[in-house]
Amino acid sequence: MAKELWKGNEAIAEAAIRAGCRCYFGYPITPQSEIPEYMSLHMPEAGGVFLQSESEIAAINMVYGASGAGARVMTSSSSPGISLKQEGISYMCGAELPGVIVNVMRGGPGLGTIQPAQGDYYQATRGGGNGDYRLIVFAPANIQEVVDLMQEAFELADKYRMPVMMLLDGMIGQMMEPVEWKRPALSPEDLPAKPWATTGTKGERRPNIINSLFINPDACNDHNRHLEEKYQRVIENEQRYEINDADEAEVLFVAYGTPARLARAAARLLGEEGIKAGVFRPITVWPYPYEALHEAASKESVRAVVTVEMSTGQMVDDVRIGVNGIKPVSFVGQAGGVIPTPREVADAARKALGR
Amino acid sequence: MAYNEIIVAGFGGQGVMSIGTTMAEAAMSQGLNVSWLPSYGPEMRGGTANCCVVIADSEIISPIVLEPSELIAMNQPSLDKFEPAVKPGGLILVNKSIVERGIRRDDVRAVYVPSLEIASELGNMRVANMVMLGAYIEATKQLKFETVINMLRHIFTGKKAHLVELNEIALQRGAACSSGL
Amino acid sequence: MAIVYQKTKGLTDAETHYCPGCTHGIIHKLVAESLEELGVLEKTVGIAPVGCSVFAYDYFNCDMLEAAHGRAPAVATGVKRVLPDHVVFTYQGDGDLAAIGTAEIVHAAMRGEKITTIFVNNAIYGMTGGQMAPTTLVGQRATTAPLGRDRNHAGSPIRMAEILATLDGAAYIERVTVISPSHIMKAKRAIKKAFELQMEGRGFTMIEVLSSCPTNWGLTPVNALNWLNENMIPVFPLGVFKDVTKEEV
Repeated sequence: MAKELWKGNEAIAEAAIRAGCRCYFGYPITPQSEIPEYMSLHMPEAGGVFLQSESEIAAINMVYGASGAGARVMTSSSSPGISLKQEGISYMCGAELPGVIVNVMRGGPGLGTIQPAQGDYYQATRGGGNGDYRLIVFAPANIQEVVDLMQEAFELADKYRMPVMMLLDGMIGQMMEPVEWKRPALSPEDLPAKPWATTGTKGERRPNIINSLFINPDACNDHNRHLEEKYQRVIENEQRYEINDADEAEVLFVAYGTPARLARAAARLLGEEGIKAGVFRPITVWPYPYEALHEAASKESVRAVVTVEMSTGQMVDDVRIGVNGIKPVSFVGQAGGVIPTPREVADAARKALGR
Repeated sequence: MAYNEIIVAGFGGQGVMSIGTTMAEAAMSQGLNVSWLPSYGPEMRGGTANCCVVIADSEIISPIVLEPSELIAMNQPSLDKFEPAVKPGGLILVNKSIVERGIRRDDVRAVYVPSLEIASELGNMRVANMVMLGAYIEATKQLKFETVINMLRHIFTGKKAHLVELNEIALQRGAACSSGL
Repeated sequence: MAIVYQKTKGLTDAETHYCPGCTHGIIHKLVAESLEELGVLEKTVGIAPVGCSVFAYDYFNCDMLEAAHGRAPAVATGVKRVLPDHVVFTYQGDGDLAAIGTAEIVHAAMRGEKITTIFVNNAIYGMTGGQMAPTTLVGQRATTAPLGRDRNHAGSPIRMAEILATLDGAAYIERVTVISPSHIMKAKRAIKKAFELQMEGRGFTMIEVLSSCPTNWGLTPVNALNWLNENMIPVFPLGVFKDVTKEEV
């Protein structure tokens, strides 16, 4: 297939439609507004539903309703808007509803800035809403990967009956790169049936109930156990990561999304002066590929692990869990919409190596 | 190995973004790897605008250009801002029509393009950015004129077909500015 | 022997948790009977709120979703947009609809969502224990207004039927009550009409039902109905506030 030049935000919207998604609810916010703009034109063309809601809160609850009614559905926003969606995300997890939530991250806290950042890592991987729940969180680093992962995001959401988050930063949303549409487009008719959905009984079954309320503590405990078992299956089966140039690496960078590309540029700079550097890139940040990272850090050549983020250091916690003390872990990053430069990243590696 | 890291910068409305996307589209159709990254936000609304384009025959590592191999400076603030960042041995294309000064560095090359005067001679001010693009293509030889012209044939069809020739001439006039390099 | 009365198929056999004398049970029955009589139970999806009627999903004999507090109109929007041929209703109390969910109900009405909202207004938060609601009367005591609602401090009751009737997307808005058999029959007609207009695709429909809360008002069931009649109706007048079928003349 021929390659086409696509802007990240538009590519993710098109990829959703090609994944059989026929329902989008959202609210404008920079730097992701191209997603609702694209959907407003192309979702109706595909016979689907586009609706601009009155708030992000309403949007995620529309997602809740549409998902309950059996549709492949998504919403998108950027950091402050994702904060507003946390209530609905918690309810979706509690009620075991699938759906895809796109967060094109910008700088925070509060109104922050519209420039790219990764300050929502804790929120995405630890949960910004109430209760014991998890999201599968994909963190693509280029637009081809955005597109490739989108169909998988919907599939995993349906498979495990849980929301999946696509965690991008504003840079990936705004940039353009060539895209090849590798998978055939799905139509809603191709998708597996959802016998649990509230689509009307048609007189053929007892009523279905979509619910997150378990007023009896034992019942609520059982429900939590059930969810936890599901999350364990996700942990066992759905970890994704990529390792670049890690053979004989003295320093191992760990980064997701855009900073993984910066880390690779830094590895090049270091290579020019004879320092070998590798990059470990989690593609799922939940479930986090702890064992794979541990193994990469265990290599004898590795003397330092350096985490690179567009935040003041959040994923570094998971890196420490994965590395588990076998090698020193340090952090380099910038927050609030400032992007760390490959030179800064290379400097941090030299410092970590004691050079 | 070709690895061009380009910054195109100017005022909003000068066609800065479209110079970048045209380069990216052309590079992609020539089988090269490419990325295009815009500045975004309030600065786009009447202020300065810039985009980063990376064109390479190998994998593109980072789409962010901090030290461009080529700078297309469509206005003076852009030249002031990005001139110091250009790689030694790099190239600066200056929109001579509105930039009042020459470049200050002696370790980079410069091409001065009177884009507005040429566009005016051609009777359509909107082709000024194509003049700059022509100068870029001639100076770097990364992209082919025929690729861009083929793209123009796809964009301008029907009643607008006559614009293909106009843009082609604009590219050629721009190219002539770089012929002395 | 001839059957003179039969429980509606629109309700399950579950025993409700409502307090003695509470009128939620009557209102549930009116909704369920209407859906059954219209023959649409099998293609109805209901949305339960947070509040006293939080367990409504166990009582209505149709597919149900339990929504977050105040979000039922947004959830209903999601359902209806996916299943436009189905009947979709929300069942909400005054805290749910007129406080935390004000934005959702106003915008569902503004868009003319083809859903029916049953708005149960008893001027108090029941489930959480008698706190002040946006519809609590001035001077009425509540556990968060121990001296009675003070207009200068907490404002005056909000009249949602009147507010929503101003929106072009609203097709039918009526306020009813269930304090006597004749009122109950009138309420039933209103609810049924709202569902019919939804099925005709006319727009957003809402029936506000003035309801009693003997427990939190601290009154016997009968005195509660009398209190409602004497105190609530003057503030929340009964009647039709919007009817698109009357505007077509």
